[in-house]
Amino acid sequence: MLAFAIRRLLSMIAVMFVVSVLTFLLLAAIPNGDPALRLAGRLATADQIHEIRVKYGFDKPIYVQYVRTMKNIFTGQAYSYTQGFNVTSEIKQGLPATVSLALGAGVLWLFASILVGTLAAIKAGKYTDRVLTVLAMMGVSFPPFFLGAVLIYFLGYKANIFPLGGYVKLTSNPAQWFTHLILPWVTLSVLFIGFYSRVLRSTILETQSQDYVRTAQAKGLSSRQVLIRHILRNSLIPIIALWGLDLAQVIGGGAILTESVYNLHGVGQLAADSIAKLDIIPILAVVLLTAFAVVLIAALTDIMYAFLDPRIRLT
Amino acid sequence: MATSSAPGTDLSTEISDALLGEAVELPPGLGPWRLAWRRLRRNRVALFFGGVFLLILVLCLLAPVYAKHIAHQGPAAENITGTVKVGGKAKDVVSTTGIPVGPTWHSRYFLGADENGRDVAVRLLYGGRNSLEIGFVATAITIFFGLLVGVLAGYFRGITDGIITRVLDVIWAFPAVLLGVTLGVSLALGGIGPLHGNTLMVPAVVVGVVYIPYVGKPVRGQVLGLREREFIDAARQQGLSHARIMFSEILPNLGSTIVVFVPLILANAILLEAGLSYLGAGVQPPNPSWGTMIADGIRTIPAAFHNVLVPGIMLVLAVMSINVFGDGLRDALDPRSKVRIAR
Repeated sequence: MLAFAIRRLLSMIAVMFVVSVLTFLLLAAIPNGDPALRLAGRLATADQIHEIRVKYGFDKPIYVQYVRTMKNIFTGQAYSYTQGFNVTSEIKQGLPATVSLALGAGVLWLFASILVGTLAAIKAGKYTDRVLTVLAMMGVSFPPFFLGAVLIYFLGYKANIFPLGGYVKLTSNPAQWFTHLILPWVTLSVLFIGFYSRVLRSTILETQSQDYVRTAQAKGLSSRQVLIRHILRNSLIPIIALWGLDLAQVIGGGAILTESVYNLHGVGQLAADSIAKLDIIPILAVVLLTAFAVVLIAALTDIMYAFLDPRIRLT
Repeated sequence: MATSSAPGTDLSTEISDALLGEAVELPPGLGPWRLAWRRLRRNRVALFFGGVFLLILVLCLLAPVYAKHIAHQGPAAENITGTVKVGGKAKDVVSTTGIPVGPTWHSRYFLGADENGRDVAVRLLYGGRNSLEIGFVATAITIFFGLLVGVLAGYFRGITDGIITRVLDVIWAFPAVLLGVTLGVSLALGGIGPLHGNTLMVPAVVVGVVYIPYVGKPVRGQVLGLREREFIDAARQQGLSHARIMFSEILPNLGSTIVVFVPLILANAILLEAGLSYLGAGVQPPNPSWGTMIADGIRTIPAAFHNVLVPGIMLVLAVMSINVFGDGLRDALDPRSKVRIAR
């Protein structure tokens, strides 16, 4: 068990390293054109360009640039090229909003999809199931920024029920924090509810034909007991694993579309705002944060599985 | 649940009928594709949405015709100072306060104008053409490379599998939108190699690459199972080359998997393109796409909400119709899905 956990953690570190190299190459090496030229602006003299090149280390070999950039990011010394701010402190400032969004939405989409998925599976083939299927299909077809814009317009501007966006700190005003986050939570959840409920529905239907379910029915348990104790308990395992990964992604700034349409000023929006300015350091930092969060949760999930189910360790 | 009285809805029907000694309604030897088509034909909802998608596709392909003969205006033609007749009265296309006119329901500015006085309906069709083109090209890229790496990894196993699986795992570690953003930002303007910046092919390639693991991994798993089957053994005994076995023995058996994946990837590719374009890392202006149109519209909220609503509804309708049709297709092709087919 311990050996497995160590092996899994080592491979996690290897993946993180490759991810960081790849992200760096994609963002810093591929874009055509000299970054120093872009930073210097149109009216710069050759001396000024040279100065910028030396200052940011663009004249060094690519691996030196990589090490330097990573060192800066992890020690909190990374500064945005074009916007001038300290990237690490910007991320720290954005985290409360992003975590608030992630946790609230995570709880909402987990419970809603368990409810919807179970209902659809119980009523499989019936009218309810068909309606829920179409709704789930609609859910996975709505881009968050469009859904967000529609909700902001109708419930914000027209009906005046909800604020038009922005984030209020939990510590400064809990009620405002809540009302500012309701629409983002719903917007982010819709897509996941559509997807998860479909997965859960098919898992439940598959589990239903297992031998142990027949045994449970045969020994006279009520259908509710069979559903909750035997079917749901097993069907929820893949859902929870999926949930952990998606939550990690959102906490790392992956809900970039939802954050930017609601102007939450979270980690994701930091990346979104930097895209238009082609400011690569904040994008690099946010992508790394998200990927690391996903890789970490994936490793922990695997270890937890192995802990719960000894058969997995063999593979 | 399906009962044995519904012929053609389930593979087991055929067998149970034969076992019961009743008159077998299906001729023996009806292939899996024919059976799937029979099941799909019964699914009216899926067929309806399939039709909706075809309609959207045809409309978008006819964009130049609409622009030339109905709207008399191209997708990039700006008209900030002009007027348009609404109900007999002349109205500014863009008011002096910068608010564009809403839907006129006439041939010109049928769905209103955007803040630059461009015809929303014309841009909707041209934008749809771009979005769908990117979607289809991206899907082709994903399916081709997903199949390639999946079949190679599953067939050769060993080191090949190890390397391919690791690479796919690394791509997988990136959330789709963020990997798209990363690639989009680095390629959008400069391009790379034969891929020129500022073209539609950049977002198409970006979106296509992002989804490769989503196809490659399941294909690999399936090939791992297939290669142990007797007919592959037989092919090997006949002395067929590896390439031949992969191409003519394994590939045909992946047919239904591919057919199920195409609508799934297409729908997600169109959504991802819209997201990237919304963020500015996809289709670059002045090229319209549904994503950029929504992004432009959001900036004019609340003055001219039709600028968000029109491309948004079209996008959702297109993606949803692909999704519902794809869901029906999956039900039809997968004989194990015993439920939800009896209708």
